[in-house]
Amino acid sequence: MINSVPPAAIFIIGAFFIPFFKGKTKSAFMLLLPILGFMNLIHMTAGTHWVVSFLNYSIIFGRVDKLSMVFGYIFTLVSFIGILYAIHVKDDIQHVTAFLYAGSALGVTFAGDFISLYIFWELLAISSVFLIWSRRTQKALDAGYRYILVHVVGGLVLLAGILIHVSNTGTIEFDYIGLSGLGSWLILIGFALNAAIFPLHPWLTDAYPEATITGAVFMSALTTKSAVYILARTFPGTELLIWFGAFMTAFPIFYAVIANDIRRVLAYSLINQVGFMVCGIGIGTQMAINGAVSHAFCHIIYKALLFMSAGSVLYMTGKIRCTDLGGLYKTMPITAVFCIIGAASISAFPLFSGFVSKSMIITASATENLAIIWLVLQFASAGVFHHAGIKVPFFMFFGEDSGIRTKEPPLNMLLAMGIAAFLCIFIGVYPAPLYQILPYAVDYIPYTAPHVVGQLQLLMFGALAFILLILSGYYPAELRAINLDTDWFYRKGSRFLVYVFTGIANGIAMVCEHIFIKRLPEGLAAFCKKPMTIFVEAYRKIEGKKDRASGPEPELATTIPIGVSVVFAVGFLVILAFVFTMLFK
Amino acid sequence: MKRELKIFDKPRNVQRFLYSFYIVLLALLVVDLFIPKHGHFPWEGAPQFFAVYGFISCVSLIFVAKLLRRIVRRDEDYYDK
Repeated sequence: MINSVPPAAIFIIGAFFIPFFKGKTKSAFMLLLPILGFMNLIHMTAGTHWVVSFLNYSIIFGRVDKLSMVFGYIFTLVSFIGILYAIHVKDDIQHVTAFLYAGSALGVTFAGDFISLYIFWELLAISSVFLIWSRRTQKALDAGYRYILVHVVGGLVLLAGILIHVSNTGTIEFDYIGLSGLGSWLILIGFALNAAIFPLHPWLTDAYPEATITGAVFMSALTTKSAVYILARTFPGTELLIWFGAFMTAFPIFYAVIANDIRRVLAYSLINQVGFMVCGIGIGTQMAINGAVSHAFCHIIYKALLFMSAGSVLYMTGKIRCTDLGGLYKTMPITAVFCIIGAASISAFPLFSGFVSKSMIITASATENLAIIWLVLQFASAGVFHHAGIKVPFFMFFGEDSGIRTKEPPLNMLLAMGIAAFLCIFIGVYPAPLYQILPYAVDYIPYTAPHVVGQLQLLMFGALAFILLILSGYYPAELRAINLDTDWFYRKGSRFLVYVFTGIANGIAMVCEHIFIKRLPEGLAAFCKKPMTIFVEAYRKIEGKKDRASGPEPELATTIPIGVSVVFAVGFLVILAFVFTMLFK
Repeated sequence: MKRELKIFDKPRNVQRFLYSFYIVLLALLVVDLFIPKHGHFPWEGAPQFFAVYGFISCVSLIFVAKLLRRIVRRDEDYYDK
């Protein structure tokens, strides 16, 4: 046994103590939690820890190996950066849920069985939605509801898959699953939803731009990357993922080019980057898995940095759309530099972190002779520079001067960005420490002359295309508009469903109302008022036609033979007797 | 008035930036001729492959994105209607 506690516990238990502190103590406490978490992590030894018996199952809170440790490190690290960035926020709900969220991501990472995995998986969705709702705008409220609904559906699919899988294998422990049978397919779909694999991705681009400024930083790091971890654990080498991953790298960049909201551009480029990881997991060789994992590590830092710089602009100016921004380098030069460092990293410029990780995945695709995949990934690499590398800094900090004059964000935000920016460059320049913690031994040298020159050519001539298109005026203008994505099917489709169901239901309701509310009570009321009259009328219809024709209506009493009344009375008594015997038998 | 950076307000500075960018491009094309190549695919060894591929990728990206916009573009309040 080791002298540590489950990594998730520090964050989740710690979260509930946050509201009890005030002022500087609260800030110190929140910064201390990730540090404690990190100290705890480095004291953990490989193996299986914290096994708890529950019913007839053993729940494993600590599957510690190289794969889970990498994600443990990076989730803890980004929590520190994220909370430093958010330390000025006076909203306990955000702080508590951010820690619950990070804790559940760690829980997913170290879970060795399906039960704890599923619980943390759901907690991930439930805690993160508060980071959207805390924006407290109508749009955020709506987007949050859609976000949680989509994740609940995904969670149910996962649960169904888990139940089938567990009943087939007889154990709740999991490791490699692979595609075989319905259960594994459902599990894969559940994981794929959180990894934002097409066509299950639009929850991300819908919700992240509506999240709070500081919440988006956590969200950009945790949900998709915990799904990447779990895919790397359970579905490495699944060929389907190669194709879906490659498609994921390509299609979002078209959307990113025409998106107006900067954080939506970043959300699309996030899907593009996760595509590289999913593709690497699909290839499944040691180099590819190393590439996917190291890319997740680097990506979390530079994507957080990009979300932080965009968040700083939103925080200081209240604006985030390309059409409203421009020329901010004049008053926010430090933020601009941090943004450019993040942009260079995501674009995989040599000496920046993306370069040393993404290239491993692309090289792995070449080693496996996947020519089409290789070409798609290179296309996506050029494209990501185009939209995330150039568009994001250009339209925020350069481009046409919007006339906005502001100043740098608060010190804690700058510090958080500074740490992330430093790490982006540090890893890019000196990747050895990162390579050391990867799941497999690394036999890869990123800095070779052809690789550096090739990558620079790819990026710089992509930039040339951008410059020429901007100068010629052919570059698509930034417009105040939104673009449809697959969320159309549930956002508009749900209205269609509502229309159909209300159409059917309302039809039934109207018929029922007519019969049971109007006609039946009216009839009953009329019948109960003068029970005999009904029968008399009926009798008269049959018998009395000729009488009516001959003269004035005779009195009721005289027209009905007394025997008819007797027959009715007897009949009524018989029915009464029958009902009573049935009831009190 | 607060201190402001204005380097890109002057057209001359933008021109300087662009010229240095073009020089870098040229340098990359020249360097490419002198480095040994050992790619996995035959086209990786072709001269200036990455320059051509990067340029074509980004131009076609913009063309397709413009087409895509025609199909998917809606007003900002589309989903509220």
